[in-house]
Amino acid sequence: MLRIPCPWCGERDETEFRYRGDASRERPAGDAGLTAFTTYVYARENRCGWHLEWWLHVGGCRRLLKVLRHTLSHEIRAVGGPGDSLG
Amino acid sequence: MRGPGRIAPGLLTDATRPVGFRFDGRRMSGVAGDTLASALLANGVRVVGRSFKYHRPRGIVTAGPEEPCALIDVIGPDGREPNRLATTLALHQDLAAESQNRWPSLEYDVGSLSDLFARFLPAGFYYKTFMAPGWAWERVYEPLIRRAAGLGKLEAIVGDHADPAETLHEHADVLVVGAGAAGLAAAHRLGASGLRVLLAEQDVALGGGSLLDGRWDSWRAKVCAALRAFHHVRCLPRTTVLGAYGHGVFGALETLSPEESARFGGLRERLRIVRARRVVLATGALERLIAFPGNDTPGVMLAGAALKFLRHYGVAVGQRPAFFVNSDEAYETLFALLEAGIACAGVIEVREKSLAAERAHALGVEVHAASLVAAVSGRRGVRAVRIADLGGRHRRWLQADCLLISGGYSPVTSLASQLGAALNWREAIAAFAPDLAPAIGQVAGSARGVFGLAAAARDGERAAGAIAAELGRSPSGAGLAAELPPDTEATVMAALWEVPARGKAFVDLQNDVTSADVRLAAREGYEHVEHMKRFTTHGMGTDQGRIGALVGSAVLAQARGVPLAEVGLTKARPFLEPVPFAALAGAEVREHYKPKRRLPLHEWHESAGARFVPTGLWLRPLVYSPQPGWDAVLAEARAVRRSVGITDVSTLGKIDVQGPDAARFLDLIYANTFSTLKVGRARYGIMLREDGMLFDDGTTSRLAAEHFVVTTTTANAAAVLEHMEFHLQAVCPDLDVLLTDVGDQWAQFAVAGPRSREVVAGVCEGVDLSNESFPFMAAGHAVIAGIPGRLFRISFSGELAYEVAVPARSALAAWSALLEAGRPCDITPYGLDALNTLRIEKGHVTSAELNGNTSAGDLGLERLLKPHGDFIGRALSQRPGLAAPDRLQLVGVRPVDRTLPLRNGLQLLDPEGRAASLGYVTSATPSVELGSWVGLALVAGGRRRIGRRLTALSPVHGESTEIEITSSHMLDPENLRVRG
Repeated sequence: MLRIPCPWCGERDETEFRYRGDASRERPAGDAGLTAFTTYVYARENRCGWHLEWWLHVGGCRRLLKVLRHTLSHEIRAVGGPGDSLG
Repeated sequence: MRGPGRIAPGLLTDATRPVGFRFDGRRMSGVAGDTLASALLANGVRVVGRSFKYHRPRGIVTAGPEEPCALIDVIGPDGREPNRLATTLALHQDLAAESQNRWPSLEYDVGSLSDLFARFLPAGFYYKTFMAPGWAWERVYEPLIRRAAGLGKLEAIVGDHADPAETLHEHADVLVVGAGAAGLAAAHRLGASGLRVLLAEQDVALGGGSLLDGRWDSWRAKVCAALRAFHHVRCLPRTTVLGAYGHGVFGALETLSPEESARFGGLRERLRIVRARRVVLATGALERLIAFPGNDTPGVMLAGAALKFLRHYGVAVGQRPAFFVNSDEAYETLFALLEAGIACAGVIEVREKSLAAERAHALGVEVHAASLVAAVSGRRGVRAVRIADLGGRHRRWLQADCLLISGGYSPVTSLASQLGAALNWREAIAAFAPDLAPAIGQVAGSARGVFGLAAAARDGERAAGAIAAELGRSPSGAGLAAELPPDTEATVMAALWEVPARGKAFVDLQNDVTSADVRLAAREGYEHVEHMKRFTTHGMGTDQGRIGALVGSAVLAQARGVPLAEVGLTKARPFLEPVPFAALAGAEVREHYKPKRRLPLHEWHESAGARFVPTGLWLRPLVYSPQPGWDAVLAEARAVRRSVGITDVSTLGKIDVQGPDAARFLDLIYANTFSTLKVGRARYGIMLREDGMLFDDGTTSRLAAEHFVVTTTTANAAAVLEHMEFHLQAVCPDLDVLLTDVGDQWAQFAVAGPRSREVVAGVCEGVDLSNESFPFMAAGHAVIAGIPGRLFRISFSGELAYEVAVPARSALAAWSALLEAGRPCDITPYGLDALNTLRIEKGHVTSAELNGNTSAGDLGLERLLKPHGDFIGRALSQRPGLAAPDRLQLVGVRPVDRTLPLRNGLQLLDPEGRAASLGYVTSATPSVELGSWVGLALVAGGRRRIGRRLTALSPVHGESTEIEITSSHMLDPENLRVRG
């Protein structure tokens, strides 16, 4: 089980959070077209290594967190808000 | 001659307290502190079960949780619990145990014939043989194999009202797993450094290997007393750490002693979920078996187990034991048995010479150096062993009544490997030893390959010091190491995995896997150790094949011609021990299985005779009648269509959206436009997922220029809020908007029917409800029966209707006032069934149609998609595939024979076409107005098929009905009633 250090609430169990996907993706502009949105919604790398992801702290502060996690070791290197650039 | 049986007082037993028990119906007697295994051995019992595949007689092999063979059924007053380990089961008065996997009896077992046909039952036999025909697996093969193979038989063992387990959450700086010399020393030093420590020990007593050596008693007593004096150190005996789950989270299972269980009202287990900053794995090392023909004969036991039976319980496992060993450690058992007065048949020693062998010789024991055991005589118990030279050539037979074997000790790596530790091959001990990353913790003592109690204790202090420094404490309390009794000097062991001789040599005693099976796996291409495991089932039993794991890997390495270090070990996955489901469930059973959400008016609904239905976590009134059937539902629905009804819709999700950018935000979230909505008006909206599919629907009302109230479906209330929060924070963080979940704060009631206006007018003072001043889709603040609330003119039923919202604490006052005002119109409360009837007639959708696979176009809602401007899901809703003419589209269905019923889930087929489903009925109800059953359905190209007839089929119920496709707007398609 992951223990995610929420910058607002402290270290909490994964079960308090809802995973919201790849945080390195940015939503394309509304008129970017079908291909851009198809890539945004469906194309994923399934990387073995450091991965930037969104976690919504629904059981706590309800803030959206950006988490840098290693997909193999589950080590969490950095946590921040949506505007922060990590690692 | 002494033994077998109880010959001395044990460290853990109290000989003054006899305990009566039964095994396979025979009355026997043990003493307090015994395990079932020690009591059986004290009573001279040899055979305790039959093996899984070949039904060979088996005895007790170990003295702990690693036991592969001594699995038994415990018979309780309420049933039978299978697969308990005799070696860990605490003996208690009147315990009734039975051996497993034998028929008709332990002595004469019909299944053992399979042993004679063993060459027709190789590894992988089931996969290869029971292949075709497909039907035969379920009806013939599986029942046969299950009866022949299965271990124990599961029955309910606790009554309906018992609470056999509880769950506890533990927090600590450091979890120390294992209370042997290393674990005790580590816990002491961590405690002295001021850290909060949890020390988990699977055994009933702290001490591990130090309990087997009298010289350690005073050191152990001193450390245990010091640990008790620390308030921040807690020792948990009888607690097995079952798995490591990363980030310092561990699962541990405590099995209560019979006395404690009685004190806690029959509580059997405590599941402790531990969160710790660091871990010390002081899990020790396990003695391993040697693969030789007959190594499963009852009476063949690990040498260390025999020592434990002697020291802990005062039980000698035989009166004339022989030994088969390859290390000096194994001689400790010999010396202890000699001291207790047991005569020894001799030692078969792999090595040419060693210090321990010299000591044994000096004590008058015959040592056969550079020798092997090539066979065992005696089927139900050891009678003699055949000594061979290192090439396997016969030397002589040696009479003995038991054979104590030791293939060396392997560090217990299971938790470490779950934590991603590297396993390093260590030639000196012929085993793998793990190392943990300092950020996770330390491995200490024999778990790290540091053998000898004093060396292990010093290693425990080293590990504790490293962790204390990591956690910013100055390590203290290392002084205890100075008082350690010195370790005996030992000659290095010699690796021995398998004896070159003919016959079944087992590497996994529980799953009956032989070394020949492992070689077969390699020949068939299952060369990776994890493939070999699955092909042979080696290590897949409840014991995870622990005592033979490395032996299996070694045989595989030899077959492949590669070094053992290259083959490695299989990963031992959680749980490391069998866990009863009840222990995992804890208190979350029956009515506590999941929380219940009750409406603010739950008591009123109950007193009005409502039958409740769980929807998600909510309990909602289904119908206000105890009678099953549709009469009461239709009476409620008819009241709405003819006069007026009232229903509780408080379960709807309600989200308050405020801020200067609230309208812009809703324009992004919803497919339709809300910025054009006037203050005091409501609008129906649909929301898509980014992949273009429908997500949710509901009405949104604008109470002020910067204040909206959104309603969601009951099912999606939480998901919609998350969806909004995510997009607000990730996609448009610049918008100045506040989202607040107000779902629980507002109770909401729908008053529906042609006479609803007069009812609502009766409770809303000073509000003009005429069509001119409060038209369809009007919304605003209102005072309801003196309570400040909100009033919406919206309709789910298709009738003239209002929804009234009041703060949840005022729910009863408002509801009662509405009932009072409705008395002249005979206002009727209606439940979820009637609500459903009304909306199906009207063609309104719920989660049955908003099922995640439907698009706006599929449900005929495409006109709501705004033509200009961005919204979530816009781009992908324009995918060409979503415009395909054969997509499932929402239509209405009615039976051609108006007297016939419909049901949800009916498959729809073209009577003249192929026998392939064109779609299915999503919702069905008898109708109030239309004189038959009606339904909604999703049908391929459905709108083109309006007016056509299809066959509705329920293969499950054996029903077939002819139906006709209609528009989904079956009642009042012009929507005149809502504007009445």
